[in-house]
Amino acid sequence: MTETTARPALDFTPAPGAAPMARMVAAQAGMELRIMLRNGEQLLLTMVIPVLLLVGFSTVDVVELGDGPRVDFLTPGVLALAVMSTAFTGQAIGTGFERRYGVLKRLGATPLPRFGLLAAKTLAVLAVEAIQIAVLCSVALALGWDPQGGPAAFAYALLLVLLGTAAFSSLALLMAGTLRAEATLAAANLVYVVLLGLGGVLFDTGRFPGAAQTAVEALPITALAGGLRAVLADGAAPSLLPVAVLAVWAAAGAALAARFFRWE
Amino acid sequence: MRARTRAAIDSEAMETAAVEVTDLVKRYGATTAVDGLSFTAPRGAVTALLGPNGAGKTSTVEVCEGFRRADGGSVRVLGLDPAADAARLKPRVGVMPQSGGVPTGARAGEWLRLTASFHARPLSPDTLLERLGLTNASRTPFRRLSGGQQQRLSLAAAVIGRPELVFLDEPTAGLDPQARHATWELVAELRAAGVGVVLTTHHMEEAENLADRVVIIDRGRVVADGATGELTCDGHELRFEAREAVDTEALEAALPSGVRVEARPATAGRAAECAVARADGGEIGPEMLATVGTWCAANGVHPEGLRVQRRTLEDVFLELTGRDLRS
Repeated sequence: MTETTARPALDFTPAPGAAPMARMVAAQAGMELRIMLRNGEQLLLTMVIPVLLLVGFSTVDVVELGDGPRVDFLTPGVLALAVMSTAFTGQAIGTGFERRYGVLKRLGATPLPRFGLLAAKTLAVLAVEAIQIAVLCSVALALGWDPQGGPAAFAYALLLVLLGTAAFSSLALLMAGTLRAEATLAAANLVYVVLLGLGGVLFDTGRFPGAAQTAVEALPITALAGGLRAVLADGAAPSLLPVAVLAVWAAAGAALAARFFRWE
Repeated sequence: MRARTRAAIDSEAMETAAVEVTDLVKRYGATTAVDGLSFTAPRGAVTALLGPNGAGKTSTVEVCEGFRRADGGSVRVLGLDPAADAARLKPRVGVMPQSGGVPTGARAGEWLRLTASFHARPLSPDTLLERLGLTNASRTPFRRLSGGQQQRLSLAAAVIGRPELVFLDEPTAGLDPQARHATWELVAELRAAGVGVVLTTHHMEEAENLADRVVIIDRGRVVADGATGELTCDGHELRFEAREAVDTEALEAALPSGVRVEARPATAGRAAECAVARADGGEIGPEMLATVGTWCAANGVHPEGLRVQRRTLEDVFLELTGRDLRS
């Protein structure tokens, strides 16, 4: 640039106004989605680990998985894990650091209202989950997965995924909005590992002794994995219990997050 | 009828200040950050909140932005309450925080396009990037931008929605001279376009160069407030440095009565300085300059950096608080 180059003209004359809500939410959701898909650690958590678990445990006989084909047992559990990794772990860590770096505060100064931001985050999480489910189902089908049930079973599975997303998202926001970012990072990963181990993702919770089994079955991951497995692997009729467990977690998490979430 | 109503609304809008802060108090636990602070920032003008770090500038601005609740006093922004009327104010007010505020993985251009999409009639993101020298950084994630690039991106995001008023918290902190100059030019253009600007700074030159009004803040209170020229107009001074010891009493005796001579002792790397000023703050004319020159010639004093100047904001601040603004 030389001294004589004309500066690009900008008309700063005030002309304020908010964009239509749909445009704001769509733009914010697009940004959230691109950031999630670009984040290597998050992709490891949301894509690589579930695929590796599915392929590894389907093909190698290291744990006892019951009678039927191994992939039929594993796929519903890994789908539940995928939902948890995106809606809970990834979202908690991402939002925790956004809070730490003042992003939530900065967005609070724009015309995008808070519910618009939450809607955008939810849309981005659902979009990532759709990609995860497409990838995992393709891998499972390639491994010989034979899901049971008709349209009613799939509709029920979708309902469970949506309720699970609501439950995990509200717990993620509760954690991200109350703990320091570093504590959220550690706790969200810890919860991920503990729930992966306990929650019926890779093996049946029926192996736990009585009281422990009841406790484990009240976990959102167990309700989601167990509910999906019952209809997709065992061909059972949809049950109300997993729906109720997930709904209670979603309601409790949302109420606590609304009460205790700090934007900065 | 319709036109008259519109005109009435406009005239009412013009009468209310951009920002009106009255007896503002902000506490954090036992610490009182803002302690009964009042000032008014007019529309379409640049108002600088000037003060040392920790004076309460950012707390004040953050209450105006609606980020923090006041513990006492009242704040009106464009005639509205920044907390209760937040939804109505946000499209009209641009905000540049002191640092951060952008996701570390967001690219510069992407972030600016996002903020543009929140507004009805935004400026062109590409033109604004070009204007602030960020075109080549457009695809760079925020965490990889230099501190100066991050600041400029933050400034761009504050103005892209064509607001009526912008709050810039330390807009030039950590900028190199070129980037600082680009920021100053942009602020001047905002002002020319009728945008009100409230900025915080601890640089005197920034306030002197940019601001129509300066509000000097120390320990949570306003210690001086006025048009930039008013604050510095009285108190003409003649200053010079000298390697030789200057007998201030002898120099004073050579000058008309009512003129005092003050010696400021040498500090590390700086020669002793002499300041000549009228006790009434009046003008130092050419005759007095000649008298001082003649006296120096007669007494073998070699003046360096001889100048007649108005007192600076730093002088004003030192007089009012006895403390160094650069702390």
